Amino acid sequence: MSQTHLELTQVGIDFPTPKGPFRALDNVSLKIDKGEFVSLIGHSGCGKSTVLNIVAGLYQATSGGVVLGGKEVNQPGPERAVVFQNHSLLPWLSAYQNVELAVKQVFKRQKSRAEMREWIEHNLALVQMTHAMHKKPQEISGGMKQRVGIARALAMEPQVLLMDEPFGALDALTRAHLQDSLMDIQNELGNTVIMITHDVDEAVLLSDRIVMMTNGPAATIGEILPVNLPRPRERLELVDSREYNECRSAVLRFLYEKQKKVESIDAKRKPRKSWAQKLKITG
Amino acid sequence: MNPATIVKHKLSWDLERFQIGKIIRAVTLPIVGLVLFLGVWHWGAQQVDTSLGTFPGPQDVYEQWNNLVDEHQAENLRAAAFYERQDARHERQLAQDPNTELRFREYNRRPTFFDQIWTSLGTVMTGFFLATAIAIPLGIVIGLSNTTYRALNPIIQIFKPVSPLAWLPLVTMVVSAVYVTDDPLFAKSFVTSVITVALCSIWPTMINTAVGTASVNSDLLNVSRVLRLNWLSHVKTIVLPSAIPMMFTGLRLSLGIAWMVLIAAEMLAQNPGLGKFVWDEFQNGSSDSLGRICMAVLMIGFIGFLLDRALLFLQSWVNWDKSAVVR
Repeated sequence: MSQTHLELTQVGIDFPTPKGPFRALDNVSLKIDKGEFVSLIGHSGCGKSTVLNIVAGLYQATSGGVVLGGKEVNQPGPERAVVFQNHSLLPWLSAYQNVELAVKQVFKRQKSRAEMREWIEHNLALVQMTHAMHKKPQEISGGMKQRVGIARALAMEPQVLLMDEPFGALDALTRAHLQDSLMDIQNELGNTVIMITHDVDEAVLLSDRIVMMTNGPAATIGEILPVNLPRPRERLELVDSREYNECRSAVLRFLYEKQKKVESIDAKRKPRKSWAQKLKITG
Repeated sequence: MNPATIVKHKLSWDLERFQIGKIIRAVTLPIVGLVLFLGVWHWGAQQVDTSLGTFPGPQDVYEQWNNLVDEHQAENLRAAAFYERQDARHERQLAQDPNTELRFREYNRRPTFFDQIWTSLGTVMTGFFLATAIAIPLGIVIGLSNTTYRALNPIIQIFKPVSPLAWLPLVTMVVSAVYVTDDPLFAKSFVTSVITVALCSIWPTMINTAVGTASVNSDLLNVSRVLRLNWLSHVKTIVLPSAIPMMFTGLRLSLGIAWMVLIAAEMLAQNPGLGKFVWDEFQNGSSDSLGRICMAVLMIGFIGFLLDRALLFLQSWVNWDKSAVVR
C-alpha cells in the first residue's frame, strides 16, 4: 500500500492584490498513498482550503504542481470529487437527481440506464438516505444534505475524495453521527481522502495522517503526525486510549504553542477572504 | 362539560372569530377604499367644465359602459344577419343552378370597443414575445461573461429609458422602407406598433436575466466545474433555474411597459386597438367621448393588472421553489 498515488511538489500560490502578489502558500510538498485518509488542520486563514482547491483544480498553483496517478492536475474534474462545506446541492433537484447529475456526467456511455439507477440508489443507501431520496434539499436537514453531498462525490468513483470541512456547519451530535458513517464507508470502499478540518478530535478519529499547517502568509506544512490507531475505531473506546490522547495533545500543542495566532483585535476585524472573492480573482 | 372541552371550545371559537375578522378586514378595507375613490371622483368631476361638457363622473362612465356593450351586441347581430342573408342567397342560387360558383364575402365589421381590446392584446403579445425571444437568450449570454456584461451594460442603460414616442418616427420610416411587399401579411401600422413595443419592453428582461445569470452561487459554479458540465447542460441545469426569479421580475416589468407603450404606439401609428379607440373618440369630440375614454382608461388598467397576474401565476408554476412567496 505504499505506492504514491497523489503527489504535491513544492506547491505555492500567489493571489494578485493591488499591493502586488500575495504569497498565500509556499513550498507545500506531500505524498499520499492509495487508500490513505489524510487530514489538513490549521488555524483559519492558513490556506487549508487553498491546498484543497489546488488539488481539485479550481485554483492553479503559481509554482510547483500536483500529480494524481501519474497525470498532472490542471483543471477540475470528477476524478477529484469535492464535498463542499455547505453541501452545494442544486436546490431545484431532489437528492436522487443531484446524484444522478453527477452519475450521468461521469458514466455517460459506460452504464446503462438501469445500471445508473442502481448505482445512484446504492450510493444514497451508503449514506443512509434511501428514505428521503426524492426530497428536495430544502426539505431535509443540514446533516442529510451533507450526506447527499457525500453520496454525490462517492458516486463519481473518484481517485481521490476531497472534503472541505464537510461537517463544519453541523451540530456536534450530527457531526459525530456523520463521522461514524464516514468511517464505515471508508472501511468498505478504502478511498483516498483529503479532508480539511479545524476539529482536533475529528482529525485524530478519522485520519491515517494529520498534516498540520503553519500560519500564513506563505503558509506551509509544519508537521505531519501519523495516527497508528487500529481500525475500526470506536469513539468511546478511544477516549481512554493512551495513543489517541497523545495524538490529540500533539496536534493541540502544534496549534496552540508553536503556531499560536498572534493577532491584535484590529487584525481580527479584517474580514477573511470569502470563497466568492477568491474565485473572482482567479476566474 | 369538563374543563378541557370548555377550553377547547373557547379556543376554536376564538380562532373562528379571528378568521372571520381577517376575512372582514380583507373584504371591507378595499371596499371602503373604492367607495372613497368613487366619491372623490364624483365630486371632482363636477368641478371641471370642458368644451365637451362636464367631466364624466362614475355614473356617466357606467352609462357609456352599457352603451359600448350594446354597440358590441348590435354589431354581432348585424354580422349574424349578414351571414344569414348570404346563406339564404347561396341556397337560392344552388336551387336554381347546382353548378353556380358561390361567392363568399366577409362581413366588413366596424370594430367595437371589445374588438379593439382583442386586437390590442394580440399586438402587445406579439411585441412582448418578440422582445422576450431576443432578451432572454441575449441576457444569458451577457450574464455568463463579465466581459460582455461590462461591454453591453452602458448601451442597455442608455436605451432603457427611451420613450416609445421617440422610437416611433424612426421605426415608422424604417418599416416603410424595408417592409415592402405586394401582398403584406401584416399591416404596416401593426408591424410598426409591434416593433416599438418590442424595442421598449426588451430592456428590463434583458438586464434582469443578465443579473440573475451573473449572480449564480459560486459554490454551484464550482460543482459545475468539478463535474465538467458542457456549456449547454451548465446553462440548463445550473444557470437557468437560479436565474428564474430575476428573469420573471424582468418579464413582469417588460409586460407592464409593453402594455403602456402599446396604447401610445397605436395612437400614433393609427394601428387598430385601444389606443386608436381613445384617439378616435378624442377626435370625434361628442358629448359621450370623455366618458368612453374614461372607460377605456379603466379597461386598460384592469387588463394591465390581469396580464401581471397571469405572469405571476406562470412564475409560481415554473419556479422550482414552490414555497417561495411571489407577489
